[in-house]
Amino acid sequence: MSSQPQTSTGPRSRNTSEIVRMLLVPLALIISILVGRWSLGVMKDADAPRLLVVGVALLVGVFGIWIAYWLCNELLNLIPSETLRERIRPVIFVGPALALLIIYLVYPTVMTAYYSVLDKNSETFVGLENFKFAFTNRTIQIALRNNVYWIVGVTSFSVIGGLIMAVLFDKVRYEAVAKSMIFLPMIISFVGAGVIWRFMYASNPPGVGLLNAFIGNFDFKPVAWLINKSVNNIALIVIMIWLQTGFCLVILSAALKAIPADIIDAARVDGAGELDIFWRIIIPSLKTTILTVVTTVVIAVLKVFDIVFVMTNGNYETEVIANRMFTEFFRNQNYGLSSALTMILVIAVLPVMIINVRNARRQRG
Amino acid sequence: MASITFDHVDKVFGDVHVLKDLNIDIPDQEFLVLVGPSGCGKSTALRCLAGLEEITGGQIMIGDRVVNNVAPKDRDIAMVFQSYALYPHMTVFDNMAFGLKLRKVPKPEIKRRVEEAAEMMAIGHLLDRKPRQLSGGQRQRVALGRAIVRDPAVFLMDEPLSNLEAKLRVQTRAEISKLHQRLKTTFIYVTHDQTEAMTMGSRIAVMRDGLLQQLDSPQTLYDHPVNKFVAGFIGSPSMNFIKGTLTKGDGRLFFDGGSFAVPIPNSRRAHIESHIGKEVELGVRPEDVHDAALLPPGINGDAVVETTVDVTEPMGSEIYAYLQSGQHSIIGRFDPRTSARPGQPIRAVYDMEKMHIFDIATEKALV
Repeated sequence: MSSQPQTSTGPRSRNTSEIVRMLLVPLALIISILVGRWSLGVMKDADAPRLLVVGVALLVGVFGIWIAYWLCNELLNLIPSETLRERIRPVIFVGPALALLIIYLVYPTVMTAYYSVLDKNSETFVGLENFKFAFTNRTIQIALRNNVYWIVGVTSFSVIGGLIMAVLFDKVRYEAVAKSMIFLPMIISFVGAGVIWRFMYASNPPGVGLLNAFIGNFDFKPVAWLINKSVNNIALIVIMIWLQTGFCLVILSAALKAIPADIIDAARVDGAGELDIFWRIIIPSLKTTILTVVTTVVIAVLKVFDIVFVMTNGNYETEVIANRMFTEFFRNQNYGLSSALTMILVIAVLPVMIINVRNARRQRG
Repeated sequence: MASITFDHVDKVFGDVHVLKDLNIDIPDQEFLVLVGPSGCGKSTALRCLAGLEEITGGQIMIGDRVVNNVAPKDRDIAMVFQSYALYPHMTVFDNMAFGLKLRKVPKPEIKRRVEEAAEMMAIGHLLDRKPRQLSGGQRQRVALGRAIVRDPAVFLMDEPLSNLEAKLRVQTRAEISKLHQRLKTTFIYVTHDQTEAMTMGSRIAVMRDGLLQQLDSPQTLYDHPVNKFVAGFIGSPSMNFIKGTLTKGDGRLFFDGGSFAVPIPNSRRAHIESHIGKEVELGVRPEDVHDAALLPPGINGDAVVETTVDVTEPMGSEIYAYLQSGQHSIIGRFDPRTSARPGQPIRAVYDMEKMHIFDIATEKALV
């Protein structure tokens, strides 16, 4: 209320609008609290019609947040001191996001790190025992080895494949169709892809399975693709390649289109053949994009879980870290080991993340 | 060093006929300018010569060699692009050395030649920089340097000055002319700017809609345009075109523009007798429209036109006067002492010795 003497020097209309505003904001606050409480009641009510619940949730979710920000901002404007006002403002706008980040990201990470040095039931401190076990246990060693296979296999094939296709598709008329065909698997969930590829790899009963039918044409004996230890990891990795190549293709193709045609023409006049152009002009121009794609794929691959879980559940030496982590946590309820495995993944992802962020920052200039 | 021949060259993109039966002979060491409005096919002609586009018909020769099926890299040409097309990931040195490296020139020689060309273009101190660290003018010099290093038989330039600011453009224009004298190589230069064409070319090829309109020296092109298009395209401000009829009276020929009638000198009658009584178009360059009060000596003051001044644009050395006579708009380049003021009437005189008459239907120049 101390602001009133200040505004009295201003024109009359502004004075009245200030008062209206001071009355309106608290009113809006009360109304929105009431509406909020009512909508919570509706959403909690098991007997309420489903459609109403959905509608209310959508409205409150979308507009509620907006109104909440607006109200907070208006309330803040009522504070007379400008220095104080501007000091609080960032907290209001960044605060919620920061809080969510801390609750859902920082806190769990810290707690996981903490659990990883406790025992199975998170009761006694065991030091690095869990990590020691992880690196000496045969199954987990296999999981670590497989993760390396996955990283090398998926990243190299999807990035190189995507790059080659991007360059080749650039020269054909049905480019859009070809690109969509390759990109299509991107929209399939990993579990969905698993189901599809089960049919490809099926070997029991004999005579089922597309791949076995295909090699049967050349008089090869059927192979148990997911059980045979010499091929099962490759079989799983192929699925991920199939899913990721489209992503690489689309990103690299966009970067390829951004290379000015004049530069390619200049190289051609300068005496470059098609291979010279590819290696000396196109690849260097795509360098930062390739790095982005590689790091993105590596991160996705490090986290691979669904495909293995659905197809083999880590049996027959197809285990990966994320699946082991899941098994230890939910089946064996060994929280210590599970947390240690998580930390191993976190540490493995970290350098890749750093490269990715640095690269993104450099690209922005 | 080589001569160039376009021999009945056709180029079709889908259903667009970009070059129509193009015939140009360019002797060794000539500076030929291809000029025309955008979409006239001048850049396409250059790209066909460079081998960046395949031609649909006819043949292109560099020296005595037909190059229709020769890859760009084997044509011994260098090209400067409007966007400069420098390789962004290479230093200036590497940009200039790229063509030599591909040709497996020994390293010490590459270094020598790059430094020599850099010296010539005054970019020696920039050799370690990346293109993004250079100004537009510097990039332009690097692009020229990259072409020089190669020591090609033919230099192709595709609007190399259009991305420069006006002052730098004039300066670089002179430098390219100097470069041509120094290197004694065939230059082919594409531009839409008639000033560039006039100032740089030993000969100019004016193109329109894929057709070669006229190929002549700058002065011939200016004094004797073959048609209305060339007459209007070359020269700034453009030639005045006035529709009217050729009439005869008292044994003299007159051009009757409705609001005025001006006598045609007997010396210019020869080729227009057949058009007497017919509609034609009169072409008068702005510098041949004078203020009657300030008529330079030696110009016949017979062809008087009463006009009203619309606008005047003082240029310092002269004044552009936008005149109105009936429905005709005419631009005159007047002596700066003129009394022409907007809204005021003024008496103008056409120098009919330098007039042009065009056929209405074919737009061809009669005289």
